Order: sequence, then C-alpha cells, then structure tokens
Amino acid sequence: MPEITYREALRQALREEMIRDERVFLIGEDLGRNWGGAFQVTKGLAEEFGDERVIDAPISENSFVGACVGAAITGMKPVGEIMFGDLISLAVDQICNQAAKMHYMFGGQTSVPMVLRTPFGEFRNMAAQHSQSLEAWFMHTPGLKIAVPAFASDAKGLLKAAIRDPDPVLFFEHKMLYDKKEEVPTSEYLVEFGQARVRREGDDVTVWATHYMAHKALEAADELAKEGISVEVIDPRTLAPLDKGTLIRSVKKTGRVVLATEETKTGATTAEVGSIIMEEAFDWLDAPVKRVNAPDTPVPFSPPLEQHYIPTKAAIAAAAREIV
Amino acid sequence: MELDEMTATKKKLVELYTNTLRIRLFEERVWDLFSQNLIPGTVHLYLGQEAVAAGVAGALEKKDWVQSTHRGHGHVIAKGADMKAAMAELMGKRTGSNKGKGGSMHITQFSAGVLGATGVVASGLPIAVGAALSAKMRRSGEIVVCFFGDGASNNGTFGECLNMSSIWKLPVIWVIENNLYAMGTPIKTVCPTTDIARRADGYCIPNVVVNGNDAVEVYEAAAEAASRAREGNGPTVIECKTYRLKGHSRFDPGKYRPEDEVKAWLERDAVATTLQAVIERKGITKLQADAVRVDVQKEVDEAAKYALESPYPDLGETFTSVYTEVR
Repeated sequence: MPEITYREALRQALREEMIRDERVFLIGEDLGRNWGGAFQVTKGLAEEFGDERVIDAPISENSFVGACVGAAITGMKPVGEIMFGDLISLAVDQICNQAAKMHYMFGGQTSVPMVLRTPFGEFRNMAAQHSQSLEAWFMHTPGLKIAVPAFASDAKGLLKAAIRDPDPVLFFEHKMLYDKKEEVPTSEYLVEFGQARVRREGDDVTVWATHYMAHKALEAADELAKEGISVEVIDPRTLAPLDKGTLIRSVKKTGRVVLATEETKTGATTAEVGSIIMEEAFDWLDAPVKRVNAPDTPVPFSPPLEQHYIPTKAAIAAAAREIV
Repeated sequence: MELDEMTATKKKLVELYTNTLRIRLFEERVWDLFSQNLIPGTVHLYLGQEAVAAGVAGALEKKDWVQSTHRGHGHVIAKGADMKAAMAELMGKRTGSNKGKGGSMHITQFSAGVLGATGVVASGLPIAVGAALSAKMRRSGEIVVCFFGDGASNNGTFGECLNMSSIWKLPVIWVIENNLYAMGTPIKTVCPTTDIARRADGYCIPNVVVNGNDAVEVYEAAAEAASRAREGNGPTVIECKTYRLKGHSRFDPGKYRPEDEVKAWLERDAVATTLQAVIERKGITKLQADAVRVDVQKEVDEAAKYALESPYPDLGETFTSVYTEVR
C-alpha cells in the first residue's frame, strides 16, 4: 500500500466521491483555483471539476453553511469547508438549529445529507482564535454526526462515508496532521461511523485519545512499554455516534483508563466519556479515570506559553504511571 | 384579449381571492382553537397578511419551493399543503404534517414544496440560497421564494444572502413582509429607510414595493420576478407593505400600536381589498364570492374536526427521527 499524507487522503476522498456522484459539490472560502483551500486540501479540484462544483464562497460562514443545508434538502450533496474550526462559531445557528433538527422537527419529511469540514487544534502559534478544539460543543447537539480522524486511512474512509451519509456530518480535521503519512489502501473502502479502532493492544491501561493526541498516545505507549507498562490505545474515530462498546470492553480488561484530547478540560468530550465509563464500567475500575486536556484558558500565542498549554505525550505517560 | 387568456385570468383571480380567504378562515379557526387551549405552545398568526402568501403562491408552480418563517401558516396553506395535516400539526397530533414534532413554528409540507418554517428570525434566507443554488445546479427549472419580515432585514444573513443570490444569479425571490413591527419594535426605529426593498440596491438586485394587502398586486410583482428567475436572470426583492391584525404572538395584545394606525390598516383589510381588486377586474361576482366562502369554511371546518379527532403521537415517537434510518 502506498503511503500518503492525511491531506492527500482527504483530497482523494473528495475527488473519488465527486466522480462517483455528480450531486457532490464543494463550497467554502478560497477552495478554488487561486488557493486550493487554506490547507491545500482541495488543490486541483476546481481545475478538474470546474468552478461550478468547487465554489469560492464570500466570507459569509452562516449563510454558506445554510446554503449547504438548503442544497442538501433539495437533492444535492454539499461538502462545505470552514477555513479554521474556530470560525464555525459563525455558523452555529445553521448547524445546530437547522441542519441538526430538520429531520426530527419536520417529522422525517426530509434528511440533510451535508458534510462540513473544518480543522481544529494547535498550529504553529496561531493564538486564541485559530487553535481551538471545539468538538464538545457539537457532541452536545443531537442530530449531528461527528468525525475526528487522526490518521490518513481513516481520514479517507470516513470522509467518503460522511459524503454518503444521509445526515449532517461535522468532519473535524486537525491542522498538525495534514502532513502525517500513513499507508492507505488503493482499492475503494469506507470507514463506518461509530467504530473505534484499537491502534495498539495492551493489558495494563487504556488510553482513549483523538486527533493529534492519538499520535502522542502511541508515542507515550512506546515509552511506557520500556518501563514494562502495557498500553492499549483506542482512537474513537467518530464522536457521534460514539463507539462505547470498544472502550468499555477495553476498560473492563485493563481496569485503568486515561482520556486524552486537546480540548480545554471543563466540559470536554473526555468529561462525557469519563461519565460513560462510570455508568457502565465502574465495578471494573482499579483506579480513578484520568483526563489529559488543555487548561481552561484561551490558547496563548507566545511559543513557550503555547507549548506549556498543549497537552503532551509526557502528560499522557505521567497520567498512566499515576494509576498503574 | 383572447378567450383562453380571459378564462385563465379569471381563474387566476378567483384563485387569488380563494387562497387569501382560505388563509383568513384557517387562521381565525386557529385563533379560536388556541383560545380554547386546544392548540398548545405559541402561534404567530398570519391574520392580516394573507394577501402576501396568496399573491406570491399564485405565481408559482407546484415544483417550486417556498421558505417559510415563524409566521408561516399562510405560506404553507397558500403553497397547496393539505389543510388537515396542517391543522393537526398545530395541535401536536400524530396525523400532523410533521407528525406533531414541529408545531406552529416549524410547520412544513415538503411534498407541497415548502422547505420548512424556522423559528429563528432570518435563518431561512441561507436555506433559500442553497435551494436556489441546488435548483440551478440540477437545472430543474425550479424557483425558490423566501419569505421574511421587516425585522429579519436587520440580520446579517439578509446582506450575506442577497449578495450570494446576486453574484450567482440564483432563481430566488426575496419577499419582505413588512408589517411595520419587529415583534414590538417599530421598524422605523431600527431601520434607516421606510422602504426596506431599497436595501437591495446595494446588491444590484431589482426591487419593488407593493401593497401587500392586495393579492392581485402582489401576484403581478411575483409573476414578473418568477419570470426573471426562471429565465436565469437572478433574484428580485419584493417588499409587501402589510399589517398584523393581532399582536406578535400568544400573549401579545399589540397595545404598543397607535389606535389610528390600527384603524387605518383595518380599513385596508387584505380580504376586502383583494376581493375588491378581483371584482374590479371582473374575476368574480359578489354572489360567486359568497359561494367561495361557503366552500372554504367547509374545508376549514373539516380540517379542524380531523385535527381534533386525531390521536397524539405514541410516546415512543420522542426518540425516533433524530437520525435518518438507513434501510
């Protein structure tokens, strides 16, 4: 299998789905010929599919996301892009009050088959408004599906599945992952939503981690192995639906768990997942659930401050050592 | 005028009056049922504004789309939705168009070409942009009407969406229902122009102001806009001057409106004005109009009876349709 970047995997997914289904189109700021997307994910697609299917939107996030909703309910399969995840705040009404609720509040008369891609996370000192991880906001809204791919193969398979999904999908990428490479199958494949992947098997402690933190968890697991601690690393891949089964089975095996994401700690997805473990696997726990998150502050700009803020593999390893 | 054309015109005039009256009688019954606590929640009645929806819908085909608002009953009825399912929805019944899961603020009937009613003011405009973009991309020949009030023109989506519809020459008609009040705030205190349609000049969109209480005048403007949209020449803004007969919603007696203003608008009542316009054009006689009223009243009575007799949803319905079931 060839190794490709996370970015290339995403581009392949978009390209393959655009070839497969002419209803699929892309809309967002600077997606087209002049730029190819702020992170170059859509580079070359306007040239191949034309400006009508790769639409450069005006800087009107709430309205072009709403346009995705309107297009989706009338027979198209829009894939919107918000340049930085932080700017999704501008489109929350269309995402949470419209897209997420239409199928339900209209009594099943329509579905909203749209995808909204956007990158979260740290990226070279971009400061407080271009570095956040906001997935918990949306995990709290029924009606949305949420993908958080950490690896190239999952990025491709999940995006293809998202585009074919009948419901609105928030597709959260991570800026530090675009250049990460992984072997990706050459033949057609989809990654089903709601299926976590055990990235490393182990017996002593479970580490559940998303996005860049999943990579850090694997590195931490290597280090801990040298100390004789066997770590199981689970990447949930999607937050909605959430694969509880894989996590709970793992916790019942290891009796110890560390939950790691790049979000600020209060109300993070780790808080929800921790509660699920308490509800469903309390009797199997040999130690308290540990959480590794960013502190409850805005993301600082200054390089040493940002480094101090972003949760590290060392923090994951330390959390594991504390409970083993 | 050729005989066929005369017949068509006459038929259209009767349709305009009939739909104006259908909405009026429907809403009067809604108010009646609401006052008896048989309709839960809140309602934003379309009473007074009937000629807007009736006039615009007269210029549309079945395949066309309408984006509605929190004050949406009239749009749904005018677009040809089933009145029984509409009334049942307002009561939260299983037989409602939304299976009782939406109610007044979310009443819709997709099969009739209603994209949905939304309770968030100005949130329908982006959806209309998307539907119009979709119609254009699918080369379906469909056009999209987006209704919204004077208050919505102060929201960011108004500017964003007029802009997008103009740069992409979308087949959309923006219909401003200017009833002079954004809830209780007089629009003149929060908008620098009396004619909101003029705001469209900045987006290079043709715009027109009409008497929203005359369905014939509204229809003529909508028909011109519909032709423009269907021919690929882009959007139009139509501002319909109109007035609420009641307050904003359930508990609002509308006492902030000056008595002489209310009186002046009552004299321009939508049903009476439209009937007069239709009679003047020899579309209908008083006698025929009386017969129309009898038929419409019967339709409304049957809808109310159907809705009242319908069962509530099973409690299990609480949990269904959060996500689409894939078979």
